[in-house]
Amino acid sequence: MSYQQARWIEPLIFELSKQGRVGWALPGKPRERINIPKELLREKLELPELSEPEVVRHYTRLSQMNYGIDSGFYPLGSCTMKYNPKVCEELAALETASCIHPNQAEETVQGALELMFRLERFLAEIAGVARVSLQPSAGAHGEFIAMLLTHAYHKSKRDDKRDQVIVPDSAHGTNPASAAMAGYEVVTVPSNARGRVDLKALKAAVSERTAALMLTNPNTLGLFEDQIIDIAKVVHDAGGLLFYDGANLNGILGKTRPGDMGFDIVHFNLHKTFATPHGGGGPGAGPIGVQRELEKFLPVPVVEYDRKRKRYYLDYNRPHSIGKVRAFYGNFGVLVKAYAYILLMGAEGLNEVTEAAVLNANYIMHKLLGVEGYELKFDASGPCKHEVVFSTEPLKRETGVTARDVAKRLLDHGIHAPTYYFPPIVPEALMIEPTETESREELDRFVVALNTMAQEARSNPEKLRSAPMATAIGKLDEVKASREPILSWRAHRKLAKK
Amino acid sequence: MVKAGDYDVPDGLYYSREHEWVKLEGKLVRVGVTDYAQSKLGDVVYVELPEVGKQVKQAAEPKIKEMELGAVESIKAVSAVYSPLSGAVKEINAALQERPELVNTSPYNEGWICVLKLSALEAELKQLMDAKAYAEYLKKL
Repeated sequence: MSYQQARWIEPLIFELSKQGRVGWALPGKPRERINIPKELLREKLELPELSEPEVVRHYTRLSQMNYGIDSGFYPLGSCTMKYNPKVCEELAALETASCIHPNQAEETVQGALELMFRLERFLAEIAGVARVSLQPSAGAHGEFIAMLLTHAYHKSKRDDKRDQVIVPDSAHGTNPASAAMAGYEVVTVPSNARGRVDLKALKAAVSERTAALMLTNPNTLGLFEDQIIDIAKVVHDAGGLLFYDGANLNGILGKTRPGDMGFDIVHFNLHKTFATPHGGGGPGAGPIGVQRELEKFLPVPVVEYDRKRKRYYLDYNRPHSIGKVRAFYGNFGVLVKAYAYILLMGAEGLNEVTEAAVLNANYIMHKLLGVEGYELKFDASGPCKHEVVFSTEPLKRETGVTARDVAKRLLDHGIHAPTYYFPPIVPEALMIEPTETESREELDRFVVALNTMAQEARSNPEKLRSAPMATAIGKLDEVKASREPILSWRAHRKLAKK
Repeated sequence: MVKAGDYDVPDGLYYSREHEWVKLEGKLVRVGVTDYAQSKLGDVVYVELPEVGKQVKQAAEPKIKEMELGAVESIKAVSAVYSPLSGAVKEINAALQERPELVNTSPYNEGWICVLKLSALEAELKQLMDAKAYAEYLKKL
């Protein structure tokens, strides 16, 4: 192991500020003060004052203390932190994509509208649905829109007693949150010993109050819900809808389609599966696909094609629509990247994405199964999909070293930590998603690192407990950070003064 | 006191499969989370207390909101506190708002969550475990 992250002693940009230093110049005379109401004017803005090179150096140093998929392996389960081809970025940055304005006349942005029109058809084909709305800003927004569509659907049937949404205990926290935000009561069903939805419990949970079941498939344990046809029947027979959480779409691309499994509403995370970098807070895109009977409720606008005039246009004339869910037309830049990625890969390529992603996860699963200290909590007889959830409980029992310690020590190997302590139904969980873009050498390096740590936990557990050492920032006090968060420079300054 | 591995399981309390404890206090019961639960949660950073007067149902499958007595948030996760018995919330432990860590340091005493006024004590108490049975249950997890 030889990894050392850059470690600058870098002050905050506010602390670097020198009064009166200017890094810009505007042509002509300073403009007369424009007409801003007095009560909105501030005397002191407290903005940092620096020269351009000072700013560039500051942020370059900060970036050197960062870690991303471009710096190394990033097996953060459930997040699909895969490598995104740079050509997609280049295309999204083209003037014709990045310098158009949402208020431009339709005839001047025909190319952009055509791209959206075609992307919608691609996504509908991939998911096996009738139509797609590209509007939602990101994953949880898409989930929430799905709940609004569910509500509109039942309301149209004059079926207004449906006030419950069922969610498995392995679900992402955003599922129950989205359902609750939409006004539904959340009913949780447990997983069975095979790590899948407990069908018996599901049967007991559905009723004339069931509005929908929200399901991720493959689920957060990286396991395919192989009883999905039965699950769909139970929910549909009770009059409920099936919502597909697209978080793990990377595990089924081209192999099977949510629509074919019986899902009525499907959501995508373009920023996970379709080549938009994420993890930095966005922007993302969370399109929603629906089957025919839900189509009329989709948000406005949708892109349509007028055959007579040979023109694409934005259709707002949809009387049953749930309405507008976002300013303008979604995160267009993300849509460009997704469109480029799908064209780049082709149907064959998307198939291979899933094959490689699943193969890589299974490779890691089999390599780690032999390592004492790590175990699978659920049925390991079949293959996993694109991710695998190990428990480090045996290691904790033997040495006191926790999943968090292991995750943090991994940083010292120059590898990003897997997701840990999720899903909560696995104690001491390490959720590993290698993604399709990693080589066998990289996977081996990861396996060796986990092996080394299992040894280290026995010979020198303190090393794991005090990790990370090789990173810009060492071990953080997470409890203090949660109990007394300092989230702004002003709060930081206030505290420093005390 | 019964021990299950490293976990304390005091005698005289009743326990649920969801790792809540119940202490009978005349016509009322005091409820909290067990030593096992707090240990699995890790450092508690926030306790969402139920509202006084809230009607709750005894926990069963499938889980619904009416079975929840708030939630305990640790740096690992947010976990619902499931009501071990049916009834109404009579009193809450306001001290947890300032000192959520009491759940970790004193799960069976200062870290109690709330007091319930019950609606069906006799029948429902049979669904719970005594210290010995709960200790056995923990060993199997």
